[in-house]
Amino acid sequence: MRVLKKILLYTLLSGAAITFIYPFFWMIMASLSPEADISSLVLFPSKLTLSNYSTMVSKIPIGRALFNSLFVSSVNTGLSLIFSSMVGYALSRMEFKGRNLIFMIIIFTMTLPFQITLIPNYIIMVKLHWVDTYLSLTIPFLINTFAILMFRQAFKSLPQALIDAARIDGCGELRIIFFILWPNIKPTIITVGILAFMGSWNEVLWPLIVIREEQFMTLPQLVTLFVVGGRAESQLGVKLASAVFLAAPIIIAYLFFQKHFIQSMASTGLKD
Amino acid sequence: MSNTRKKIMPYVMVSPYLVHLLAFTTFPVIFSLILTFHKWNIIGPMEWVEFGNWKRLFYDRLFWISIFNTFKFLSIHIPLQIIIALALAEFLNQNIRLKGFFRAAFFMPVVVSGVVVTILWQQLFSFENGVLNRLLVSLGFGKVGWLIDPDIAMVSIAVMATWKNLGLYVILFLVGLQTVPKQYYEAADLDGASHWQKFIKITVPMINPTMFMVVILSTIGGFSLFIEPYIMTGGGPLNSTLSAVLYIYKQAFQYYHMGYSATLGVFFAFLIVLVVIVQKRYIEKDI
Repeated sequence: MRVLKKILLYTLLSGAAITFIYPFFWMIMASLSPEADISSLVLFPSKLTLSNYSTMVSKIPIGRALFNSLFVSSVNTGLSLIFSSMVGYALSRMEFKGRNLIFMIIIFTMTLPFQITLIPNYIIMVKLHWVDTYLSLTIPFLINTFAILMFRQAFKSLPQALIDAARIDGCGELRIIFFILWPNIKPTIITVGILAFMGSWNEVLWPLIVIREEQFMTLPQLVTLFVVGGRAESQLGVKLASAVFLAAPIIIAYLFFQKHFIQSMASTGLKD
Repeated sequence: MSNTRKKIMPYVMVSPYLVHLLAFTTFPVIFSLILTFHKWNIIGPMEWVEFGNWKRLFYDRLFWISIFNTFKFLSIHIPLQIIIALALAEFLNQNIRLKGFFRAAFFMPVVVSGVVVTILWQQLFSFENGVLNRLLVSLGFGKVGWLIDPDIAMVSIAVMATWKNLGLYVILFLVGLQTVPKQYYEAADLDGASHWQKFIKITVPMINPTMFMVVILSTIGGFSLFIEPYIMTGGGPLNSTLSAVLYIYKQAFQYYHMGYSATLGVFFAFLIVLVVIVQKRYIEKDI
């Protein structure tokens, strides 16, 4: 009975694991196979070819889009880590009038659905002439309320003695944050960093709205427009190649830092 | 000098947030409300139309269809997600080997862009030679019009979205399951409770906070449904997968009805908040 139960358990779990892994495997194989093989592809194609990838490279500026995505995501992650730390530090470690009010505003704005600000934010971008520039992809994302709350929580948990000792040594507040406190809250930095990077990397609605010129398009946007816009000429292999290209950087990062990814994402649920 | 500096410093530190708040939240919300009373194509001047946009909204059949579709998506996606995620989390919480592998496998689609998942599933769902239909045919069933049958298309998208997000909710449930005190199960064992009884009577009530969180997160996520129908179906067939955000997007960026689409956005945002409040009222319990 016990053994039977175990077998059933492993069968179910393995079945589920296959359901999650097989589609990715199929996608990679399909992107490497001749167009004619895709419609009957189960495991491996009759021969492996890179022609889908070369077609993709010749049709869209995918290298440029990769650069744009890496650039935008890095800037957004780096700067939002810095700004959110500063705000989080002030909210947890400094006394000033309006502190609780700001905290409550942050909580309130987090409940505000983005659908209400989407159109006006687009209009702001138009009026500032930020459409088709990197500014529209970065400036609105430099502050992240979730990150502020994470940093506030992390700084709160550190002993006051750490800060006092640094003050006696003559450190300013910014030095305290980035040189004294940051080394003590590495898990929070990793979590916020991964979430910010992933959020920025995978964002597609906003780029679709504010970027029309190909040279500024992010990778998910370019791939989306390539697949939807008919330039892939309904060649499945080329479409799938662009999807694999888009997935590869994140999947590779995930394979290396799997635990961090899972922990970071799990913490999105632990807001309160 | 140093005293004034000390007083000003906190405000300097929070200023990036305040600037951002004013520029990208406060102003847009107010501007959104103003826009709802105007007709504007962003190029010409704004034109005051009183409640014209609101009246139009209430008679806009397509908008209500998109709301209905979004709710249809949620009503399939959320229960499916909770049942499967909870089951997998419960399995993983047993004393088994390869736990890390299974967890990592389930989590894979979570990190990948929705664009990738959608392009991939578009092929799996393909009517002629998609993997799913080939499997069905080889098992002796007929083909299913996953994305071309108006009755099924939204169900297909909900299944795909569940596949994409499931790993995250498995992890959240797993964390929840581990917070249930062992003594409760030991006490139930003494009373001779079955595995199923323990699950229903102890586990499910004890993980109510996780359950609540999962419902809220997937509700908010579900209301943002956009890129999946945008890529897969363009909202078709027969508008059966037109989601509310997709409709708002189309009104704004295909027809340049800025005033009207802002009205739709405001109305939809209120609807989301309302649904979340109702869920909070009925799902969240003190334990």
